[in-house]
Amino acid sequence: MTAVRDSLAAPARERRKRPSRLTRTDKLVLVLMCGIPTILLIAFVWFPALASIGLSFTTWDGIGGLGTIKWVGFQNYHQIFTIYPSFGPALRHNVIWLAFLAAVPTTFGIFLAVLLDRQIRFTRVYQSTLYLPVMLSLALVGFIAQLFFSQDQGLVNGLVGRSGEAPDILGDPRLNLWAVLIAASWRHVGYIMVLYLAGLKSVDPSLRDAAAIDGASEWQTFRRVIFPVMKPINIIVVVVTVIESLRGSFDIVYVINGGKNGLELLNVLVYDNIVGEASRIGYGSALGTILLVISLGFIISFLVISFRREQRP
Amino acid sequence: MSALATSEKPAARAPVRVRPRARRGNRRVHAFLIVVSLVWLFPVLYSLYTSLRPYSDTAEHGYVSLAHSLSFENYKNAWTQADLPHYYLNSALVTIPAIVFTLLLASFVAFGISRYSWKLNLPLLMLFTAGNLLPQQVIITPLYRLFLEIPLPAFMSESGTLYDSFWGIIAIHVAFQLGFCVFVMSNYMKTIPQELSEAAMVDGASAWRQYWQIIMPLCRTPLAALATLEFTWIYNDFFWALVLMQSGDKRPITSALAGLQGQFFTNNNLIAAASLVAALPTLIVYFVLQRQFIGGLTLGSTKG
Repeated sequence: MTAVRDSLAAPARERRKRPSRLTRTDKLVLVLMCGIPTILLIAFVWFPALASIGLSFTTWDGIGGLGTIKWVGFQNYHQIFTIYPSFGPALRHNVIWLAFLAAVPTTFGIFLAVLLDRQIRFTRVYQSTLYLPVMLSLALVGFIAQLFFSQDQGLVNGLVGRSGEAPDILGDPRLNLWAVLIAASWRHVGYIMVLYLAGLKSVDPSLRDAAAIDGASEWQTFRRVIFPVMKPINIIVVVVTVIESLRGSFDIVYVINGGKNGLELLNVLVYDNIVGEASRIGYGSALGTILLVISLGFIISFLVISFRREQRP
Repeated sequence: MSALATSEKPAARAPVRVRPRARRGNRRVHAFLIVVSLVWLFPVLYSLYTSLRPYSDTAEHGYVSLAHSLSFENYKNAWTQADLPHYYLNSALVTIPAIVFTLLLASFVAFGISRYSWKLNLPLLMLFTAGNLLPQQVIITPLYRLFLEIPLPAFMSESGTLYDSFWGIIAIHVAFQLGFCVFVMSNYMKTIPQELSEAAMVDGASAWRQYWQIIMPLCRTPLAALATLEFTWIYNDFFWALVLMQSGDKRPITSALAGLQGQFFTNNNLIAAASLVAALPTLIVYFVLQRQFIGGLTLGSTKG
C-alpha cells in the first residue's frame, strides 16, 4: 500500500514540538506503545527481507534443520541467470507488464482524472463507476477475465469465433499475457485516476487562471503548468504502478493458470520454489532478492518524496 | 497498494465561466465519460447476467444470447455445494481481528512519533512506510520457514505452528498493513494542536490518558477511513493465505475460490455467481461507506 499525500498542498507545520517532561511510567508506556508494533514489523517484515538476501547465497531444502544450510556464494544467481528456463520469460513478462501498465492504463487514468477535475456534472458518479473495479480483489479480476476469455464459455469467443475451432486465448502463450493485461488494466485505471484526482485538487487554482489569461489551451495548461507542479504525484503514480506490477500480478496469473505457459512472472517463480515437499529455499530467496533490488529504487524515491518535507525545520 | 492523498479544497477553485464553446466541449466530454463508464461497468454487469442464467440455457444458446430464463440457481449451488458461508466465516475471523489490531497498534506508534519529539521518529516512520511497499514475494520465502518454526499451543493452532493458523495470517496482515496506517495516522495526529497535549500535561494527565482520552477521540475520521480501506485490502488478500495456510478449508473466501474452482465451479455461470458472492462484502462497503472511502483517499494533510 502506498500513500500519496499532501506533498503538494502541504500546510507546513509551523510549530516545533517543545521538549516535555515525562514521568518514568510515561516513558515506559510510550516505549511499549512504539516498541511492540516495531518488533512485530521487524520480526515479520524486515527480518524476512534481510534473511531473503542472506539465504539467497545458500542452498537449503527446508527439510533439515538450520544446520543443513550450505553457503554457495553466487551459485543460485548464476544458475538463475544461465540455466533456469523460466527466468528469461518471467523477466520479459514482468517488463512487458510494467511497460504496458505504465503506457496504457496509467496514462488513461491520468487522462480521466484531468477530465473529471474540470467542474463537470455527475463527476462523482463517473468516479464511483471507474473506481468500482478497484474494490474487487485481483484474484476476482482473474475470475472475471475467465468469463471473457475462456475457450468454450468465454464471451470473446462467443462474439468473434462462431465458426470453426474457437481460439484458446488463455491457453495460447502468444495471447494470454495480453488478455490478462487487459483485465489488470481494467482495475488499474480507476486506482490511478483517484490518486491523480486527489493530486489535481490540490493544485493552486491561480496557476490555472494565470495560464487561461495568457491564452493557453487546455492541453498547454496541463502540459506546461499542471504536469510540472504535479511532479511528486507523478512519481508516486510511477511507484504505485511499479509496485503493483511486481506484486499484484501474481494473483490474477495464479488464478488463471498457476503462472505457466506464457504467464510466468518473477513473483510466481518465488512461489514455485517454496511450495512442495522439498522447497528450494536458496533459489526462492535469490528470486525474492532480485525482486527486492528492482523495487528498492522505487521505494526509496517514494520515501524521499514523502519525507523530504519532514527534514526541514 | 493504496493511496493516500492530498488535501482537498473543493471550494477553492474559481468559478468557471461558461461559454458556448465550453458547453459544447462539455457535452463531448460527457459522451466520452458515459461510454467509458459503460465499458467499465460492463464486466460486472456481464458477470451478474451470466450468474443469473442456468447452465442449460447458456449451453443451448451460447453465452452471447438473450436469456430465456433467469434464476438464483447458480447462487444456491455455489452457496451450498462449495459451502461458501464457511469461507465467509473464515474471512471474518481473519479480517476483523486484523483490522482492530492494525488500527490499534498503528495508532500507538503514530501517537508516539507525532506527539513527542524523539530522535528516532523519522527513521521509525520510514521503516514502517517502506515495509508496506515491499512486494510480498520478497519476504515470503523466509517468512514461510519462520512460520513453520514458531510454535503455538495446540488450542491456538491445530498444526502447532504459526503456519496454517488464523493467528499467523492475522499477524502478517497486521505487520504488513501497519506501515500504511502509521503513515496516515501520524500525519493526522500532527495536525492536532500541540497546546492540547500541553494543557493535558499541566493537568497531570499521563501519556496513556492523553492517547486514549484526548487524541484518539479526535481521530475518528482517519480511523473510519482506514478501517474501510483496510477492510478491502485484508479481505481481498489472496497471497498470504494461499502460501501460509495449507488447509484449504481454513482459507478466507478470496484465497479459497482458487482451490474450489476445479472442484465445484465447473462452468462459467457458477464461477460468476461465486465471484459475485465473494465480491459482495467489499461492494456493500463501497456503496454504503463511499464517503469514508473518498475521505480515506484524500486524507493526509487535512483534518477530515
